[in-house]
Amino acid sequence: MLESLAVFPPLAAAVIVGLFGRRSLGDRASQLITCGGVLLSAAVAIWLFVTVALGHNPHTVHLFHWFGSGTLQVDWALRLDTLSVVMIGVVTVVSSMVHVYSVGYMAHDRDIPRFMAYLSLFTFMMLALVTADNFVQMFFGWEGVGLASYLLIGFWYEKPSASAAAIKAFVVNRVGDFGFSLGIMAVYFIFDTVQFDPVFAAAGSKVGMHFTFLGTQADMLATCCLLLFVGAMGKSAQLGLHTWLPDAMEGPTPVSALIHAATMVTAGVFMLARCSPLFEQSPLALEVVTIVGALTAFVAATIGLTQFDIKRVIAYSTMSQLGYMFFAIGVSAYSAAIFHLMTHAFFKALLFLGAGSVIHALSGEQDMRKMGGLFKVIPKTGILMWIGSLALAGIGIPGVFGFAGFYSKDMILEAAYQGGAVGQLAYWLGIAAAFFTAFYSWRLIIMTFYGSPRADHHTMEHAHESPPVMLLPLTVLAAGALFAGWLGYDHFVGEARGEFWGASIYVAPGHDTIEAAHKGPEWIGILPLVVGLLGIFLAYVFYILKPTWPAAWATSLSGLYQLIYRKYYFDELYDAIFVRPAFALGRIFWKRVDVGIIDAFGPDGIATATRSASAGFSRLQSGYLFHYALAMLVGVLVLTTFYLILGGV
Amino acid sequence: MIAAIPEFGIALPEIVFAGLALVLLMIGTFGKERSMGLVTALSAASCLVAILLVLLMDTATATSFEGLFIVDKFAGYMKVLVLLGSGLSIVMSAGYLQREKLQRPEFPVLILLATVGMMLMISANDIISLYVGLELQSLALYVLASFHRDTIRSAEAGLKYFVLGALASGVLLYGATLVYGFTGTTSFEKLAALHPAEGVQTVGLWVGMALVASGLIFKVSAVPFHMWTPDVYEGAPTPVTAMFAVAPKIAAVALLVRLLMGAFAPLVHQWQVAILAISIMSMAWGGYAAIVQRNIKRLMAYSSIANVGYILLGLAAGTERGVESVLVYLAIYLFMTAGAFAVILTMRRDGQMVEYLSDLAGLSHSRPLLALAMTVFMFSLGGIPPLAGFIGKLYVFQAALEAGNHAATAGMANAFYIAAGLGATISVVSMFYYLWIIKIIYMDPPAAPLDRPAGAGLSGVVLVTTLFTLLFSLTFVVGPVVGWADAAAQSLTH
Repeated sequence: MLESLAVFPPLAAAVIVGLFGRRSLGDRASQLITCGGVLLSAAVAIWLFVTVALGHNPHTVHLFHWFGSGTLQVDWALRLDTLSVVMIGVVTVVSSMVHVYSVGYMAHDRDIPRFMAYLSLFTFMMLALVTADNFVQMFFGWEGVGLASYLLIGFWYEKPSASAAAIKAFVVNRVGDFGFSLGIMAVYFIFDTVQFDPVFAAAGSKVGMHFTFLGTQADMLATCCLLLFVGAMGKSAQLGLHTWLPDAMEGPTPVSALIHAATMVTAGVFMLARCSPLFEQSPLALEVVTIVGALTAFVAATIGLTQFDIKRVIAYSTMSQLGYMFFAIGVSAYSAAIFHLMTHAFFKALLFLGAGSVIHALSGEQDMRKMGGLFKVIPKTGILMWIGSLALAGIGIPGVFGFAGFYSKDMILEAAYQGGAVGQLAYWLGIAAAFFTAFYSWRLIIMTFYGSPRADHHTMEHAHESPPVMLLPLTVLAAGALFAGWLGYDHFVGEARGEFWGASIYVAPGHDTIEAAHKGPEWIGILPLVVGLLGIFLAYVFYILKPTWPAAWATSLSGLYQLIYRKYYFDELYDAIFVRPAFALGRIFWKRVDVGIIDAFGPDGIATATRSASAGFSRLQSGYLFHYALAMLVGVLVLTTFYLILGGV
Repeated sequence: MIAAIPEFGIALPEIVFAGLALVLLMIGTFGKERSMGLVTALSAASCLVAILLVLLMDTATATSFEGLFIVDKFAGYMKVLVLLGSGLSIVMSAGYLQREKLQRPEFPVLILLATVGMMLMISANDIISLYVGLELQSLALYVLASFHRDTIRSAEAGLKYFVLGALASGVLLYGATLVYGFTGTTSFEKLAALHPAEGVQTVGLWVGMALVASGLIFKVSAVPFHMWTPDVYEGAPTPVTAMFAVAPKIAAVALLVRLLMGAFAPLVHQWQVAILAISIMSMAWGGYAAIVQRNIKRLMAYSSIANVGYILLGLAAGTERGVESVLVYLAIYLFMTAGAFAVILTMRRDGQMVEYLSDLAGLSHSRPLLALAMTVFMFSLGGIPPLAGFIGKLYVFQAALEAGNHAATAGMANAFYIAAGLGATISVVSMFYYLWIIKIIYMDPPAAPLDRPAGAGLSGVVLVTTLFTLLFSLTFVVGPVVGWADAAAQSLTH
């Protein structure tokens, strides 16, 4: 049961630190226990990666029977195949780096044990999610990471904006989770089980079957897949259910790095990849996934161009990259999606933690308009951010070496090009997004590190490089951003991929877009690099050579600029369509129905009636003897009359 | 014809008890106030002696004095309850009388004499002995009600009780003449043996029965003969109120049960309806009218009216189960009420008795144990499981529902179901004021603390009654009580 050590140490650490951290353990012990827990997990995870993925030994460890009712039997198990051990590796490695980083970043917080316990709890939930052997256990982890995300976004709960963001994240995720739970019910309805293996084995036999819902025929598998996809959209912030992710940046920066960049938001991608045998049987669902993913990649990238909050820029970048992963899945390039998920986890965590280091240096400042000229002050952070941005923009020399994104993003775009008409649409949107990505990445680099300092004198004086405990994790992640793509390419999407993935990912015959991509024209793979370099160059022009241009462009294209700057008015739209009507409806139910009708006639009405009845009884109690005597005689009279009538006299 | 010398033996407890009362009267008359402590102690001891005698004599059914007097398990059970109630009242009154300068030895002696009357009522087997016992009891109680004769309120209470009691006696006597006139007998046994079909003028008998029962219903203070209760409870000295709330009620209920289940057993279908109606009205009136009360003694008066409603519901069932439920309820009622009044008797501030609900505010701070005891009594009166009051209500409702299941007509069955449902509903309503008292005790801003100490007698009563109420549902408490009540009910109906 050595495998369990990959999953449960963070839970143990979370429980111990959560219960005793504040009272008896103290900050230092709490940090040691939680960091120790995830580092142990990470060590076991690497061992698992070597034995399971590289040693081709997928297996399932049954832990215990969870619950059962009729044919619904749910076990708790660790499903260890290539897909899950890749995820376990990513989660534990990034999580342990974030844990260590947090020791430095949160040093001045007064609630360190709580923070560390939440982080470890999150890690466990994420591991429970990726090791699930059935939909219900996956849902447990799914909800668990949602809970941890809520707790961590609202970690500084005294801040109203943080509380609001936490609630927003939770509520928007509920929409997705509702879809997911319906999807699970659909799975159970169709397959009579929630275990992955029997479901996937039977998927092919259900093609073309329908069920009738409200008089309309619906394709079983398409419905099921689309419901599951709604769940994935919520958790992975796809267009429509994405509004919570930028707001989630209210949480501490390590949280943004771990949960809202590297791991939790990729759960949707993982879930779809896990369900590849289902999705492969439903072309309709795949097309929807492609379109939503491509639009997300494009829209998020455009919004990223205009934002000024350093974390929000990276947040939109995350959303955009998640879009890439989804349209990769849509064109059946599951392995490319997971490959990008893995590389993205490294470089995006690196970027977030780097941004955290900048914010740390500037005593909490997040607005890029108040930064600039920081490279000389915090050179190490600057270099690390450069590496992360290069990886994100996908820069490399074809055939020699590239940063992580160079391999994974290009693979996705090449595969998309082979994915039919919808795939080609995704390809061009992806190319545009790649251009924007490079542009906003260097906009961020330049505005933060170059030019003249715009922070006030006092802040600049206190600006300082982060301590080693923060820089060390950054270095590890930077190594990932540098080499993960180069090292992983062959196994994840290259020649060895069939052997590497084994049975964990299923691609229907004829859908293998990665195979097609390897044989595709040369220019398809070169174009992303070209637009990336172009983006960097334009950013250089806009923010170094012609610093007046951004403002001038924003003015001359003010309509378009405002649309993008205001994030396509999604929040305003949702506010008008959902939030305010919901509040209004709630107010009606509260004031009119609950208070006005139920309370008025129910509790209050009965109470009032009781009180007046009571007063009436009391008034009869006049205190006069003759009244009392009269009452008695009336009583006697009534009784006598009753018997006389009864006797028929 | 010279009657044979009657069998005195079966009336031994009454004879000894009455003798003791007379001896104590002599001691009191000569000893005046100096003998107060002695008389009080001996009175309480007399109650104990009588209880022991009753328990020793508790054997099979027997009659004596030309069939005027009956002894059976039912009588034994009821006499123990009455003697317990009287004894507790005497213990509880000692401190009060001392402080209020009412140290006249007549007080405990009057209680003893009233108790003799109650014991006679319980053992009455003839309308004649019924009336003698009733009047012996009542006369003593009229005096007790106005015992604090220097205060207007006490005098008013005594007068009201006396006038209305006389009216009730008149009604009862008129009913007795009707019964005798239409049947030619006053003996319970002979009445029970009458067959309605045997040419008896039934309607006249029915009316006679109704009038006799009315006189007893006055004593148990059920609607519409209850109007005296709040005024008398409020005006009478608090220990007297405590006494009124317990022993006389038990005795009157006993008499009513014996009369209806014994003498008028053949007319069960006739009296069931009336008793059921009175029961519903009493539950409702007591439950609702208590809500607006501010004086805790008045509130307890309405509470007792409601409780009598529940007791009559059990009686209305007209079955052995019904009688058993009445007996169990009475035992529980005795302890709950005595305990609650014991707490009320501790409510003194600066040497003065206080009796408003608001005076209880902050009791939880100044007297946490007393507050806890009161909470137990209030929860129990409200019928919260697992306290005693809940068990009592449970038995009564079960009996009523069972009677409904076996009712002769569908209308009667529905009447029982509705009555039980109403009873449960009204117990929710009455929960309001019981909870309100608890709220005042625990949550209201504290009033000035009450005087200490409560006195050993009161504390003891509170302790015993609290334990009984709290632990009643344990098998070793509820088992013997129910077993005894079951045997008593059997002795009456077989």
